[in-house]
Amino acid sequence: MLRSGVIAKKVGMTRLFMEDGRQVPVTVLQLDNLQVVAQRTAEKDGYSAVQLGAGTAKASRTTAPMRGHFAAAKVAPKRKIAEFRVDPKNMIGVGEEITADHYFEGQFVDVSGTSAGKGFQGAMKRHNFGGLRATHGVSVSHRSHGSTGQCQDPGKVFKGKKMAGHMGAVRVTTQNLQVVRTDSERGLIMIKGAVPGTKGGWVTVKDAVKKPVPENVMLPAGLKSMAEEARKAAEAAAAEAAAAEEAAKAEAAAAEQAAMEAAEKAAAEAPAEGAAPEGDEKNEG
Amino acid sequence: MDLIAQLEAEQIAALGKTIPDFKAGDTVRVGYKVTEGTRSRVQNYEGVCISRKNGKGIAGSFTVRKISFGEGVERVFPLYSTNIDSIEVVRRGRVRRAKLYYLRARRGKSARIAEVTNYKPLDSGADA
Repeated sequence: MLRSGVIAKKVGMTRLFMEDGRQVPVTVLQLDNLQVVAQRTAEKDGYSAVQLGAGTAKASRTTAPMRGHFAAAKVAPKRKIAEFRVDPKNMIGVGEEITADHYFEGQFVDVSGTSAGKGFQGAMKRHNFGGLRATHGVSVSHRSHGSTGQCQDPGKVFKGKKMAGHMGAVRVTTQNLQVVRTDSERGLIMIKGAVPGTKGGWVTVKDAVKKPVPENVMLPAGLKSMAEEARKAAEAAAAEAAAAEEAAKAEAAAAEQAAMEAAEKAAAEAPAEGAAPEGDEKNEG
Repeated sequence: MDLIAQLEAEQIAALGKTIPDFKAGDTVRVGYKVTEGTRSRVQNYEGVCISRKNGKGIAGSFTVRKISFGEGVERVFPLYSTNIDSIEVVRRGRVRRAKLYYLRARRGKSARIAEVTNYKPLDSGADA
């Protein structure tokens, strides 16, 4: 059951101290106005997916075509847009907001993002080459990559040879990271370990593909409307319970009142009986 | 306050630990929770604090050095570890640097630290 992922902003890393003495390094991801902007359906597009948008962009800095796209979905302009393939059963309505309850604590997820750019790097840093020796006649080229091939026979350097070059700033996916904690009020997901990208960068989080889909995931997604409905239902239930309690209380009060009245009546009768002998005594005295 | 600082402050408040005011050069006694099989007890580790790292935040830690059976032993404790039962200052030392790594090369008489006789507790509570 393929369900939607989320777009999140990487806030930074911190640590959590657990009750059992463990300390867990976590990356804090934030969901920022994450809404469904469009749907892709098999009939219209040949595949089924949801297009999500996150963050807030200035309308004046959004291109006119994108403004039209957002207007069609009746959502505010978004900073970042991504598509997630979903099962047709798990399609989400346009405009629905996804909350951090989408993931539960302990769930495994895959996180994709653009890794931090490192610029032009040598073969040692870029491909973990060993470099040349420090002594024994090596001069100037201690960090060089060494030989890049054979002799006249191929007569060329093979394509794809690992050499120095631009490193980082590519799309990287880290698989099977565990969700440690979620905070739906602030839209935070805390994930154990590091995720690709820089602070403030956008990442996408999906259910782990290499783990079986957990049974207690929220389908079609952890939506704000669902949470609100649940809250309303809970409130209604609570109100009903309160009303029932109130009724029970009222009943009890009525019963008590009746009992009191009965007691009062009995008491009123009793002093009347008691008073008469007293009066008699006085008269005697 | 950025979100990370806010989360860390919240966690420090939730952990509810009181960290005494101590610095490098002070002799401290750390009650560390040890779990043996199923039962857990508190083990005391007493020695000279030779370094404080990363301030008072959630990432803060300190190093305690002692000579155990003639062998120097150093342990690093996270300041807010839930495994730490208590931190107690036994003696205030007078030192002139923040990291006392020079003690590693010293033994016996030269590895002593003079005591502070005029220690003034901080006004801002026991949170340092």
